[in-house]
Amino acid sequence: MIKTDALIIGAGPTGLFTAHQLKLIGLSCEVVDNLDKIGGQCIELYPDKPIYDIPAVPECTGEELTNNLINQLKPFDIKFHLSERVEEVKKSNGNWNVKTNKGSEFNTPNIIIAGGVGSFEPRKFVPKECIKYENKSILYSVKDKSIFKGKIVSIFGGGDSALDWAVELSKVAKVNLIHRRDEFRGAQSTVNKILELKKDGTIDLFTKYQLKNVKGDNKLESIDIVHDNNEIKNLKTDYVLGFFGLIMQLGPIANWGLNLDKKTISVDTEKFETNQKGIYAVGDICTYPGKLKLILSGFHEGALAARACFKLARPNEKYRFEFTTTSTNLLKRLGKKE
Amino acid sequence: MAKITYIEHNGKSHTINVENGLTVMEGAVQNDIPGIDADCGGSMACATCHVYVKENWFNKIPSKAEGEEDMLDQAYEPKANSRLSCQLTVSDELDGLIVNLPEKQV
Repeated sequence: MIKTDALIIGAGPTGLFTAHQLKLIGLSCEVVDNLDKIGGQCIELYPDKPIYDIPAVPECTGEELTNNLINQLKPFDIKFHLSERVEEVKKSNGNWNVKTNKGSEFNTPNIIIAGGVGSFEPRKFVPKECIKYENKSILYSVKDKSIFKGKIVSIFGGGDSALDWAVELSKVAKVNLIHRRDEFRGAQSTVNKILELKKDGTIDLFTKYQLKNVKGDNKLESIDIVHDNNEIKNLKTDYVLGFFGLIMQLGPIANWGLNLDKKTISVDTEKFETNQKGIYAVGDICTYPGKLKLILSGFHEGALAARACFKLARPNEKYRFEFTTTSTNLLKRLGKKE
Repeated sequence: MAKITYIEHNGKSHTINVENGLTVMEGAVQNDIPGIDADCGGSMACATCHVYVKENWFNKIPSKAEGEEDMLDQAYEPKANSRLSCQLTVSDELDGLIVNLPEKQV
């Protein structure tokens, strides 16, 4: 059980700056995120897209913004728990007990939800029968590639993940690559490699096809794929891999007894606290009259929520407002003064 | 101003007036029409405002933005007449447009 003054859920820009604010005022914090990297939507959805409305930063990409925020956290010691999703939040002796899907447990007076639009999950196949084989022969990520040796693997998708795995697995397995159109969005060099492998018969390529149906009893045996012109092909297959990118789902947050408004959490505008004492929501996931879904709003919301955390984490101390330009305390925490 | 008709997957139809300059996505979100999530808020980064445009309209609407087809790869059940409604800016020319919504967005 990890004891911390505050737990931040979400390592996007808002979560990162909130961590900065917590550490600056002398509180400890830890950060949990379901992605395997820091940065949230900025890094997952638009790492290369320029952003023009970060105050005092005329132009930066999602990746640059993330790197700058990580640099800003350098003076502080903050533990990140990546590839972990918070599953359970329970009240216990006035504090919150938090559990993740990987078994990490936290005890904290303050939880700050900076979850954007929810956690990123792989987008799945449409046919309902796929659920029966999910995590067995229908997969959305590869954990152990040795299972494919000598098997028939049907890979769906047109991005880098689909193409890279098609190239890689074609070395040990019979690979079908299936995509809904003729163009691929993966790197051109990989696309060229795929076309080469198609030419020499190493992989079978099916474009303008999508998955229609999966067949088999206990074990997956074959799949039906359907062309744009409705022609159906049946392919024998042992494994099916789907790489359709990630979607955002609110997930377990919906079960924590918070007041929700569609997919957002209602908060006050003094502490950005939810209807549960000690649980705050900041950034895109919170809503209040006049809410603007901009990164700059998330920074403001996180700064105020951090001050509210101080009261619950240090009930016997009084919070003193200080400037980083002049405060010896703050400069010490920032490593600028002995 | 354009009259836009959104038909939910269950057949329920909503016809509303959408101001010029808004997108077909914003018209739906501002009028609480179910079936368009628009998780990323219109930055063409999520494919959850996916719609099917009626065939007779498909060639009359603004053509696909760069990168839109890439995002549609990640949509739920994309078809030949799929579009992202955040990329359809409303003008008088779109008056009478009919879009069908997919079974779900995620």
